[in-house]
Amino acid sequence: MWTKVRFWTLAPSRLLMGLLFAAPLCIVAAYSLLTRGAYGGQSPPWTFESYARLLDPLYAAILFRSLWIAALSTALCLLLGFPLALFISRSAKRKNLYLQLVMLPFWTSFLVRTYAWMFLLRDTGLINTILQSLGLIREPLPLLYNEWAVVVGLVYGYLPFMVLPLFATLERIDPNLLEAAADLGARDTDTLFRIIVPLAMPGIVAGCVLVFIPCLGAYLTPDLLGGGKSMMAGNLVQNQFTNARDWPFGSAASLTLMAMVMLALAWLARRQKGDLL
Amino acid sequence: MDAVLELRGVSKQFHGHRAVDDVSLAVPRGSLFALVGPSGCGKTTVLRMIAGFEIPTTGQVLLSGADVAGLPPYQRNVSTVFQNYALFPHLTARQNIEFGLRRRKASDLDRRVRDVLDLVQLAGKEHRKPAQLSGGEKQRVALARSLVLEPDLLLLDEPLAALDPKLRRQVRVELKSIQRRVGVTFLMVTHDQEEAMSMADSIAVMNKGRLEQIGPPREIYSRPATRFVAGFLGEVSWLNGFGLRPESIILSADGRPATVRSAVYLGNCLRLELQLESGETLLAETNPGARHTAGDQVNVTWRPEDELHVD
Repeated sequence: MWTKVRFWTLAPSRLLMGLLFAAPLCIVAAYSLLTRGAYGGQSPPWTFESYARLLDPLYAAILFRSLWIAALSTALCLLLGFPLALFISRSAKRKNLYLQLVMLPFWTSFLVRTYAWMFLLRDTGLINTILQSLGLIREPLPLLYNEWAVVVGLVYGYLPFMVLPLFATLERIDPNLLEAAADLGARDTDTLFRIIVPLAMPGIVAGCVLVFIPCLGAYLTPDLLGGGKSMMAGNLVQNQFTNARDWPFGSAASLTLMAMVMLALAWLARRQKGDLL
Repeated sequence: MDAVLELRGVSKQFHGHRAVDDVSLAVPRGSLFALVGPSGCGKTTVLRMIAGFEIPTTGQVLLSGADVAGLPPYQRNVSTVFQNYALFPHLTARQNIEFGLRRRKASDLDRRVRDVLDLVQLAGKEHRKPAQLSGGEKQRVALARSLVLEPDLLLLDEPLAALDPKLRRQVRVELKSIQRRVGVTFLMVTHDQEEAMSMADSIAVMNKGRLEQIGPPREIYSRPATRFVAGFLGEVSWLNGFGLRPESIILSADGRPATVRSAVYLGNCLRLELQLESGETLLAETNPGARHTAGDQVNVTWRPEDELHVD
């Protein structure tokens, strides 16, 4: 009887995943092995040509830049998020208020928030205007349309995804352990790096995964804040499906991006010896 | 007296509530001292002020003569065995024990760890993580982790509370014997008067933040200073102006007449609830061979020195 219930309750999600995830993935995989048609689209012959083109220095550089920007943004999120999560987990009364504040940006759309950064960073934006009126700079600083603007936007956008899993693990650490460490002669830095960080490792890994994956595939942030000059893998894929009308190459690029994410996850899972995910 | 610890007029206030109120006591070096009282009496707060987790609102905490009341825990030669042991779950038993030695950069680390592992009989289990140890083993790791630092004073917070009741009697004896062997002063906090009586050289009884009495177990049991102390350490029936313990009552033909209200056979004794002619009730424990039942008329007496006279 339960096997029947199981079958029928799982059926909708299986159907959904099959139709909207597995089938399109197969189509993309097939496209990536075809050749670009004369007017876009795709046609035979079957070939690995699209994958070979990814090794072209121009495209390889985009993939490497994506990895670099995603890794840097993840590291910055961890550096900013860990102290914040630790602070929230140790504050007795205001815990919920602080968590709400961390979540507050989700109340508006990501697109709107990214545009807001453009208003802050552009030559006539808030930061440059203030610095100029204070007489600190003469010419506006080139804050927008470069890699750093992209990193700022990504760190801003994905910080909550780092803070929440960190908070969840930090909050579960028995406060007695911290007292025991102090009791045994550990100074605060010893306690932080020998007790808190190792015990928070599952949260650190989860937070890094949750930030790194969307950063690697980021498309909106580099498009708006990078100004097309610091193109990331996501923009490459988008470009191939729209302007370039090279669907096989776009498919190959997106599958390669996916493979990179899966390799990164597999590496992490090995390091955690199965404790992860 | 050579006191390893002395508290002088220590008080602690939490949000206007006096958790500890003017406590003064001295713990002799090498002794096993027990701080007892009902939950919420302030005994754990006293322990935490000695360890350095709380700062007293007023008063002095003297360790071997030096006032440490404002020092952080890592600057006091005191170590705590926590009620839930607070072992570091990501470290092995051995790494837990080494933790304090490494912070002190001790040179003879290996020898000291080996010695303490032998002392608490954990040799062979040093590579297990806390999750792979039994409750008793965890407690011994916690004890070893503190003892290996050779503290002036070892603080134990309800050391037996987390153990299986069957194990408790055995661990009581073990703890006491370890304390005798290493000669370190133990200050233990417990709500269990039997535990305190069976282990401690001296007992301090606390109630509502105040110290009621300090003394050796025999003295505070047989000459309690207050009604609270008398009642906390054992059963008492209060007659006109004095108290009597159940085991002090003697059934004898030339005593005061009383009626048996109830009789319960407990194996090692027969427990009687008696009513004197004056209407007062009296609990008595007598020879289990006696065959009294409810409604019987008996005569009771007691030795005058067994009467408990309190303030």
